Amino acid sequence: MLSVAIFLPLAAACVLAALPRLGASAARAVWILVSAAVLGLAAAMWAGYPGGVAYEQRLRWIPSLGAGYHVGVDGMSLPLVALTALLFLVCAVYTGRDTPRMPAYAAFFLFLEAVSLGLFAALDLLLFFVFFDLSIVGMYFVIVGWGHGDRARSALRFFLYTFLGSLALLLGFIGLFLGGGTFDLVELAARPPFRAEPGIAGLVLLAVGIGFAVKTPVVPVHTWLPPAHTDAPAAGSAILAGILLKMGAYGLARVALPVLPGAWQRHAWVVIAIGVVSVVYGAFVALAQRDLKRLIAYTSVNHMGYIVLALGAAGLAAGDERARDLAVTGAVTQMVSHGLVTGALFLLAGVVWDRAHDYDLTRLGGLAGPAPVLTALTAVAAFASLGLPGLSGFIAEFQIFAGVIGTGIPGAAVAGAIAVAGVLVTAALFLRVLQRAFLGGPGELTARFTDVRPRELLAVAPLLALSLAVGIAPRPLLDLVEPAAAAVVTLVSR
Amino acid sequence: MNAWLLPGVPAVAGAALAVAGRRADRAAPALGALAAAVTVALAVAAAVTRPAGTVRLVGGFASGLAVDGLSAALAVTVAVAAFAVLLFATGDRPGAEARFTGLMLIFTAAMLLTVTATDLLLLLMGWEVMGAMSYALIGFWWRDPGRVRAGGLAFVTTRAGDLGLYAAAGFAVAGAGGLELAGLAGAARPWRDLAAAGIVLAALGKSAQLPFSFWLSRAMAGPSPVSALLHSATMVAAGAYLLLRVQPLLAATGWAATLVAWAGALTALALGLVALAQRDLKQLLAASTCAQIGFLVLAAGAAAISAGAAHLAAHAAVKSLLFLCAGAWLATLGTESLAALRGAARRDRLAGLAFAAGALSLAGIPPLALWVTKGAVLTAVTPLSLPLYGVALAASLTAAAYSARALLILWARPAPGAPAGPPRDRRAGAAPLPGSPPRLRARGISPAGRVSLAGLALGALGFGAVALPPVADAWSRLTGSPPRGEFVSPAELAVSAVLALAVLAAVAVRRHARPAPAAPPAVRHGDARPDAVRHGDARRAGRHRGDRAGAVRRGRTGGGTAGGGWQAGRYGRYGRYGRRALGEWLWLERAAVAVAWRPLPAVARALAWVDDRVIDGAVRGVARAAVAVARVSGREGEGVLDGVVRGVAGGVAWLGGVARRPQTGQAHTYFAQAAVALVVLAVVIGAVGAACSP
Repeated sequence: MLSVAIFLPLAAACVLAALPRLGASAARAVWILVSAAVLGLAAAMWAGYPGGVAYEQRLRWIPSLGAGYHVGVDGMSLPLVALTALLFLVCAVYTGRDTPRMPAYAAFFLFLEAVSLGLFAALDLLLFFVFFDLSIVGMYFVIVGWGHGDRARSALRFFLYTFLGSLALLLGFIGLFLGGGTFDLVELAARPPFRAEPGIAGLVLLAVGIGFAVKTPVVPVHTWLPPAHTDAPAAGSAILAGILLKMGAYGLARVALPVLPGAWQRHAWVVIAIGVVSVVYGAFVALAQRDLKRLIAYTSVNHMGYIVLALGAAGLAAGDERARDLAVTGAVTQMVSHGLVTGALFLLAGVVWDRAHDYDLTRLGGLAGPAPVLTALTAVAAFASLGLPGLSGFIAEFQIFAGVIGTGIPGAAVAGAIAVAGVLVTAALFLRVLQRAFLGGPGELTARFTDVRPRELLAVAPLLALSLAVGIAPRPLLDLVEPAAAAVVTLVSR
Repeated sequence: MNAWLLPGVPAVAGAALAVAGRRADRAAPALGALAAAVTVALAVAAAVTRPAGTVRLVGGFASGLAVDGLSAALAVTVAVAAFAVLLFATGDRPGAEARFTGLMLIFTAAMLLTVTATDLLLLLMGWEVMGAMSYALIGFWWRDPGRVRAGGLAFVTTRAGDLGLYAAAGFAVAGAGGLELAGLAGAARPWRDLAAAGIVLAALGKSAQLPFSFWLSRAMAGPSPVSALLHSATMVAAGAYLLLRVQPLLAATGWAATLVAWAGALTALALGLVALAQRDLKQLLAASTCAQIGFLVLAAGAAAISAGAAHLAAHAAVKSLLFLCAGAWLATLGTESLAALRGAARRDRLAGLAFAAGALSLAGIPPLALWVTKGAVLTAVTPLSLPLYGVALAASLTAAAYSARALLILWARPAPGAPAGPPRDRRAGAAPLPGSPPRLRARGISPAGRVSLAGLALGALGFGAVALPPVADAWSRLTGSPPRGEFVSPAELAVSAVLALAVLAAVAVRRHARPAPAAPPAVRHGDARPDAVRHGDARRAGRHRGDRAGAVRRGRTGGGTAGGGWQAGRYGRYGRYGRRALGEWLWLERAAVAVAWRPLPAVARALAWVDDRVIDGAVRGVARAAVAVARVSGREGEGVLDGVVRGVAGGVAWLGGVARRPQTGQAHTYFAQAAVALVVLAVVIGAVGAACSP
């Protein structure tokens, strides 16, 4: 079932690529149908999930390298698989028929969907790496082909930057192979390499860490993100922020913590420091932005910083284990929550672009007049992003704060207390967005606005509804995540 | 009954109304009052049956709701205040009624969740949602940037305090292994002290105590029913409730109880003086709220749980009553300037009498409610510390003075020559745009509003019955205060009564001794700036002058004209400064803006500059260098590139050799091929990029 979910969109992408003459409506219909089918598969997998690593499949691929086609999902990857399926469907619904070169556009998104699902399901490092790199290629073409503004430059920059990061990642993976004799993640986690050579383990962690840090992204390797977002089409931004950024954070939790536990523990403070800096720095730089999309992009740096902070705290072996479980659960919850909320925010920013062809907050104002529904949706998404209880961001961030501080280690408590301040800055900056663009008197571009169209509403509303569901009744998600998070903490504590 | 119904019913009803939007505008006020009535019934049922419910939200930590005595008293107070306000609002019509009523109901539900939560997580959820609703309600008339900013100021300021609560949750996990409020007092040190510090910070912020008081001054920008609810039983009351709830923790730390007691007493005194210097009825009432909540905070510090709960309930009735009266006058007369409201209480006898009941109770006149409850707080403070008692007693004198002043102005004979009402043009004209305040009403208070006022007035008068020993005993048992001496000492009551009556008489004599002022300027055209620029009446400033900035800024109160009992000029230079400081709420907002609000965006801009120039600049520099190297190597011919690739391959092969694993002997060729393939892919992508760039 898992492999079907991965290869169905890939097959559909190939078909669409082979039929460039297909009408826009037909291409969009194929896109929506296939995405809906994948979402159905993901839902079925969630409903039938038995616990542990499920839906596992292992095929021979490059036996001499100990690399195989090995996929499966557990409580950490299944929510991300479901998020991927949902977000791609929502992007399909969001995209209008008037998009140029629709078949190719749909093909690239279906390709990206297959790659993303494959990455979250991969239990083999080489397979993981292939999907990791292909995601960069796919997103590059989406930005360059359907973006706006200085898209070629932004896309190239995105590509080269993340590609260089992925080369570091490859080096790290090769190092792991040399140490463990296999690329299989399950085997590597069972017998972590370089137990006796802390120096080499540190170097390998550095390589892997750089690869994932660029993708996450964390300060100071985040500067590819704002231009890529600004010039990407709305659906591309939603996928980039909602899914592709998760690959970095997910990779840390999936590869770095279980496979290099000793090195992770030794360098936990470095990770914590990077996380805290990303939280505070991302929030402050976002506060200074005038461009709506750049602003949301920097809040991503802030939000992903919380994840890195939590994963760093997980490596504090002396800390209370229940608290560290809580922190890692919070980190995974934050991945899901950020996907939902930032996906929604970028789609809403796309609506703004569609009407005004500008993201400049100072030229907007009083949009609540012509577009009350758009304003209400943006307000909910903004409050979700700033961590208002009742919405998913709060559940994630509360667990991270309580977990990091709750480890009972003074340094972690200080780091957690500093990170809490990020919540205040994001509150200020989102209220500023609402005040500048949506409330108050009309701005220069306000006359161009009409309220959301049905397809836009249909795309954004489910994301916010799910954010609300997670915020009010988090148990269904947390029941899935908590055992996997506890397993990661156990693995990293060895 | 199920404990979750209590916050659940208003939350669901409110959410449904808010989502229904304009379609539900017509039915919303009645539905809102109905939902609030159901909530009152639920609160009473909960007070009787004492339900509890637990749930596991995050991790292995138990969360839950429980209605104990303190929660029961609070829940009933909150539900009744919300019902009274929403009943009044059925006749108030602020525009967009569905959104308004929905937000008010969610606001109420959040407060009910806060007062029944048994752990920090659920408490924080109710706490923060309440803050967000206060933002949406204060900025309800969203077309006015000043009102939106006031809402933002309230949210950001209270959230700054809330950070303490977030951190306290972590400290609780570290020190007590759980989030339950009951377990905090037994947490290990230093986590117990840190948790107490976080909770105190959050409570002082939410309750608008020093130094956070300024946000409450701005919170007047919302519709009057919002003020009536926000100032009485919700929001500001939440901080005091939390301190009462965690009193064992405060006592356990050894320092927090003292700190809290002094913070409350000093706020009560300082903001009481601020209230005395206000020229605007709603500002006077707002400052008085800070001061009265100060008594609650003082009660928490003095471990007087029952007295604090009684004062909270009585103050909620009094303050919602006073704000609804002020709102009624604003809606019909278009002003809240004290000078312009001279004699307003004579126009509508019921509102006037209700206001008098509230103001006399606020002044501490026997046998009204606040006389007793404040006396109970002072009774608990007496044995603690004499200076603390002195400050608190002085604060209660200011309460008597500002209440007497407001009462005497509103019941004074209208100045000769004052117009009978606002200019006619403010009642006519085009309907206001959605998101703006409604036009002035020609009709008075609706019948439902009258019922609401009368009910609240009965509360303001009748809650004094708690002075009777049997009632006092029952109340103490209900709110679960440890039986520590008497609830309120007769001596304390006698002293308070004599002092309050003396102050009332003194203020009356002073006002009588001075000639009645000329017709107030606020109602005359073109001369209305001092109060028109107050946000309470921002709309007029905007319309008559097109002066949006003026509507945003709060007017300077310098230069005494009519109406003030404390004219400038009769004091020395320092006296004038002092008066201005009080009129301007001790410049707290200016200080906060200068210390926090201004520097933060500056820091943000500086960091953004660093981000663009330094970090990204470094990346661009590296990229340029790489391109230059590529050019050089291009000139040298393909050999160099090939050499690099071969070098990489060789290095990888060497690594493979290091690993000495003969069974993977072919690995290095795979890696070399992979590296070459990646480089080729990079070149292709680069070429596409170059082709696409202009």
